Amino acid sequence: MVSIDVWNASVDFPIFDAKSRSLKKLALGKVGGKIGSEGRVPIIEALHDITLSLKDGDRVGLVGHNGAGKSTLLRLLAGIYEPTRGHSRIVGKVAPVFDLGVGMDPEISGYENIMIRGLFLGMTRKQMEARVNDIAEFTELGDYLQMPLRTYSTGMRVRLALGVVTSIDPEILLLDEGIGAVDAAFMAKARDRLKDLVKRSGLLVFANHSDETLLDFCDSAIWMDEGRVKMHGGLREVLTEYKGHDPFERMSAEQLARLGYTSPVLSGNGGE
Amino acid sequence: MQATSTVDHPEAPPAVKSRSFKRAFGDVREAWDHRELWGHLGWQDIKQRYRRSVIGPLWITISMGTTALALGLLYSVLLGAELPAFLPYITAGFIVWNFILGCVTEGTDVFIANEGLIKHLPAPITVHVMRMVWRQVLFLLHNLVIYVIVMMIFFGTLSEPYRMTQDGPLQPGLSWTVALAIPGFILLAINAVWVSLLFGVISTRFRDIPPVVNSFINLVFFMTPIVWDASILTKVTKGSPEDGAWRMWIAELNPVYHFVEIVRAPLLGHTVDWHHWAVVGGFTVVGWLLALVILRNYRARVSYWV
Repeated sequence: MVSIDVWNASVDFPIFDAKSRSLKKLALGKVGGKIGSEGRVPIIEALHDITLSLKDGDRVGLVGHNGAGKSTLLRLLAGIYEPTRGHSRIVGKVAPVFDLGVGMDPEISGYENIMIRGLFLGMTRKQMEARVNDIAEFTELGDYLQMPLRTYSTGMRVRLALGVVTSIDPEILLLDEGIGAVDAAFMAKARDRLKDLVKRSGLLVFANHSDETLLDFCDSAIWMDEGRVKMHGGLREVLTEYKGHDPFERMSAEQLARLGYTSPVLSGNGGE
Repeated sequence: MQATSTVDHPEAPPAVKSRSFKRAFGDVREAWDHRELWGHLGWQDIKQRYRRSVIGPLWITISMGTTALALGLLYSVLLGAELPAFLPYITAGFIVWNFILGCVTEGTDVFIANEGLIKHLPAPITVHVMRMVWRQVLFLLHNLVIYVIVMMIFFGTLSEPYRMTQDGPLQPGLSWTVALAIPGFILLAINAVWVSLLFGVISTRFRDIPPVVNSFINLVFFMTPIVWDASILTKVTKGSPEDGAWRMWIAELNPVYHFVEIVRAPLLGHTVDWHHWAVVGGFTVVGWLLALVILRNYRARVSYWV
């Protein structure tokens, strides 16, 4: 049973400037009488008192302004950050796609990066070797896979990363915003594959700014604001509150048709 | 604005705490399960380093060979030692030292250097340590080629009982006891993991540690019997032989000496005194306990600190 539970979790980053990171400061600073090395270090409260429960079948969109804590929340859900206060429990195989520049070695080839990412996500070498052709085909990178990753464009990196996570059947898929860099044709292809994956695997959390993408993948949403969950509920309600207008309002008929929604939404309130 | 939670929340938070020995052990065990990952990454590191060079990893071997040869020639003259006995001694000692040096200096840097991976992919932190130690093992295997070459050249001298220096102790010479170097090295590598875990976590928090370690390690090299033989410590120019005995402590109090000795002595056909094994065994137990305490308390903090 795949699930992520978070109880009253906070994530505080200590910000060590060059001075307070040294032992000298810690030793001398004891004079103040305050015990606990973190006391005088400035702290950024990236997440504050988060309580969440996500389970099998949840497809959650993550919205919020820049710096609201979306990426940090994704890392908390991935288990990369353990809460400084509160608890978290993650059950299931996690596959994150965060910042695409990092976690991939620019000097080695696309093939080798596929292998390493797969191994990091808990696959064996044999399993990855069996999937490499499938990934190559899906990403359409062809001979480029032999080239070092530094020759890749951003979109090509996204293809690679998506190719890996969608091929390994993860149980929990966490996607950060960077995905938008691929072209429309590939996005359409990836969409089918991701949807299929989510159907099988259970849990998706997707940080994105595009209404259309969110409506496509998600059915509920979390609105992050200043490190807190401001709202957690149905996707449409959250988007309406967040953006100040109904997400369907400004969509063309064909977008709606593609998303599979019927038009009564539009007739309801005819524009602003 | 009311949060409209659509799901029932389980009531009780789990009893599993972030700071527990179970989690610390779990990290190490999981890292072991990921051995295919760090095995692959370690290889990758070596291939990577020499990707665009013509003779590739052979450079590791060549640089070791040159250093061992030059130091061997120089110090055998300085110390008045027999070259056929002394050159293999320096070669073996230097190979082992290089492994220790790599593990300690890169160990302090192990989490800092892997910041990207730590922040982007969930994995036990011990994985990064294992990758680093494995890479050092691969370096050592490259360097072992030099040992084999030197041994072939000087086999005549070393296969029979010989002395390092004129009045040094008589060594039994090469025999099946060479195999003892394998358990010795495994023990050394196990120690390298805890050293790197311990120093790695501390260095991630306190960035003064890597420079401190880097400057001290040179001193350790000169204090350890690598380019000189421990037996010359007790050599006296005047007075009775007992006068020099206390000087043995210069070597004995240095933990690195014991680690070098359990691998080097079998390689050269020297007798390994049991007390070296005992000291190394003690360090293994105490060191791992320390590392586990650090892992228990600060494992989860590493991703915040890097």
